[in-house]
Amino acid sequence: MTKTITIAHGNGGEENNELIKKVFYKHFENDILAKSEDAAVIEDGKLAFTTDSFTVSPLFFPGGDIGKLAVCGTCNDLAMMGAKPKYMTCSVIIEEGFSTRELEKIVKSMKKELDINGAIVVSGDTKVVPRGSVDKLFINTTGIGEIQHKGISASALKEGMSVLVSRDVGTHGATIFAAREGIELASTLQTDCASLYPEIKRLIDSGIKIVAMRDATRGGVSAVLNEWAKSSDVCIEVTEDSIPVQEEVRGICEMLGFEAVDLANEGTFVLAVAKEDEAKALEVLQQTHKTSTIIASVSEQYKGRVLLNSSWGTKRFLDLPTGELLPRIC
Amino acid sequence: MQELELKNLYDDFRDGETIKAYAKIIAKDAEKLDRPINIMEVCGGHTHTIMKFGLPQLLPKNVNFIHGPGCPVCIMPKERIDHAYVLSMQENVILVTLGDMIKVPGSNGSLQDARAKGADVRFVYSPMECIKIAEENPDKKIIFFAIGFETTTPMTAVLVEQVIKLKIPNILFHINHVTVPEVMVELIDSRDVHVDSYNNEIDAFLGPSHVSVIAGSKIYDKFPKDYGRPVVVTGFEPVDAMQGISMIVKQFVEKRCELEIQYKRVVNHDGNLKAQDLIDSYFEKMSLFRWRGLGNVPDSGLKLRDIYAQYDAEKVYKSVLPIAEIEDHKLCICGDILRGMAKPQECTIFGTACKPTTPIGSCMVSSEGACAAYYKYGNLI
Repeated sequence: MTKTITIAHGNGGEENNELIKKVFYKHFENDILAKSEDAAVIEDGKLAFTTDSFTVSPLFFPGGDIGKLAVCGTCNDLAMMGAKPKYMTCSVIIEEGFSTRELEKIVKSMKKELDINGAIVVSGDTKVVPRGSVDKLFINTTGIGEIQHKGISASALKEGMSVLVSRDVGTHGATIFAAREGIELASTLQTDCASLYPEIKRLIDSGIKIVAMRDATRGGVSAVLNEWAKSSDVCIEVTEDSIPVQEEVRGICEMLGFEAVDLANEGTFVLAVAKEDEAKALEVLQQTHKTSTIIASVSEQYKGRVLLNSSWGTKRFLDLPTGELLPRIC
Repeated sequence: MQELELKNLYDDFRDGETIKAYAKIIAKDAEKLDRPINIMEVCGGHTHTIMKFGLPQLLPKNVNFIHGPGCPVCIMPKERIDHAYVLSMQENVILVTLGDMIKVPGSNGSLQDARAKGADVRFVYSPMECIKIAEENPDKKIIFFAIGFETTTPMTAVLVEQVIKLKIPNILFHINHVTVPEVMVELIDSRDVHVDSYNNEIDAFLGPSHVSVIAGSKIYDKFPKDYGRPVVVTGFEPVDAMQGISMIVKQFVEKRCELEIQYKRVVNHDGNLKAQDLIDSYFEKMSLFRWRGLGNVPDSGLKLRDIYAQYDAEKVYKSVLPIAEIEDHKLCICGDILRGMAKPQECTIFGTACKPTTPIGSCMVSSEGACAAYYKYGNLI
């Protein structure tokens, strides 16, 4: 561990994992935390419980704002454990001088997203700090959800299973990047920021057995696949050409040297199902996003690793993103 | 006019069938080679392409890559990184640089660490963004820590021109621009101090296309002529790289030794004369530039011309900048890797003590360094 914390320690990748393990897990260690799922499963598997903080800059971006993100982020973490989001808390840290009008705009946008999830805010906190102590506004939300589909786990993947993405990847990261001050990029891109519970409910209702499910936020799809490969001790073999990426996202990646699978998403998830559920799962996912597709299968070729197969017959490992990718994307 | 989409610029050049077809041509031609050949891709961008797209997996055993020193971040000696660190820690200074530079560790830490300690360090995609930063911070000195080969030098030159023209009082420059042909000569002539003999194994060069977009292919004229090394100026997409390699192999089969251009869609012999003039107006050659891992290379660096000394942060802040040369870690073999005498896996600390998150040697610091590319992509082969 380095002596001081750098931006890279919040990247959702390797440095971030190191920080969590060597500082937080070391002292907070317990069986529930050790599972390291999107949300903790508590009360004998009845409830899912999670928290998230939001520091995105700019506060408003094409297709969303920090308020929408703060509700989606936490509710999606609950939904990823097969839970219906029910109760939330909302804590805000506001910089002195922030516009009340903008604050209300953000809160309204939170309310709209809460309605989509069928959740309510039942407790909250506000702090105002002197100018310069935070950048405009930070939000923390904590949520509790009722588990409707049990047994979803990052360590349940087995040989022969299929991995799907719910839509094209990398749009949130690319949108925030294009909207950032100082980057003169004209773009019509919109974030994928969305509440995923309604789509998850359809999946559950269709009777598919969800093996693993995770929204590909910081660290992108590559972080999710790597975590699964490690937790389940399997090899995830990705067909590189099958990963859906919008042209504009691909263009931004080309220009700036990123890979779309490393970019953050806020309404895109990765799903693992048994081979026989693959077609049905795809059908349900495509009702929401036509770009949804099967990207990988599970094997035992290189255990604990993610393998990328190119269309010209070469292969390489897809690793966790490292270093500082984008400042404050969520 | 039909709008040109970005994808038109790369889609065809990543076509799996075309790549496979070139692999076949190369394999067939390589059967006729009378000895194995080692091709050095000078540029880190090529190293990145080659490893990312897994091209070595497609080549026959007698065609090898040697990964060259063409990554501006990797070749920066520690003392110059310390310059950036020290400058960023000065009062009322905003240090501005390009992407990866902020990750490279000097002897006190990286610019990322400086930022964590309170320094104002910013990274930009275009040097011109410095003008906006300077306008917004009239009480501060903006120091642009300029890095890069011939490709990025014109952008710095344009910024110098604007600073002078618009009389912007608070932008200074710390110039670390380097040039490709000089270091290629050094590599051919390089001497392995351990065995006290010349033993580089470079048979041919893949020249980076973007350097020649600016400087022309003329900068390589002397390599086939005076040094007996063919050069093919090559683009950065996998189809480009495979075609470039195939052109080199053909030269060996046909016993030719020439300068050729694969990237004909943009590169010509003379290059961008306007950009060359602009560079010449503001910069002159430094007699020696110390390359990390390679040592002093004559005439390979640029500095601001003396008449612009008032804009030169190396001169303005001379009293606070450290001057002692700092060597790399004893176990690090980046020098040998850059000379093509060793591959990253031959290093005892590769992937163990030395990783992209905690780089010890120069080749691990930027994504374009040979060790970083091997660490990220090359672990199957």
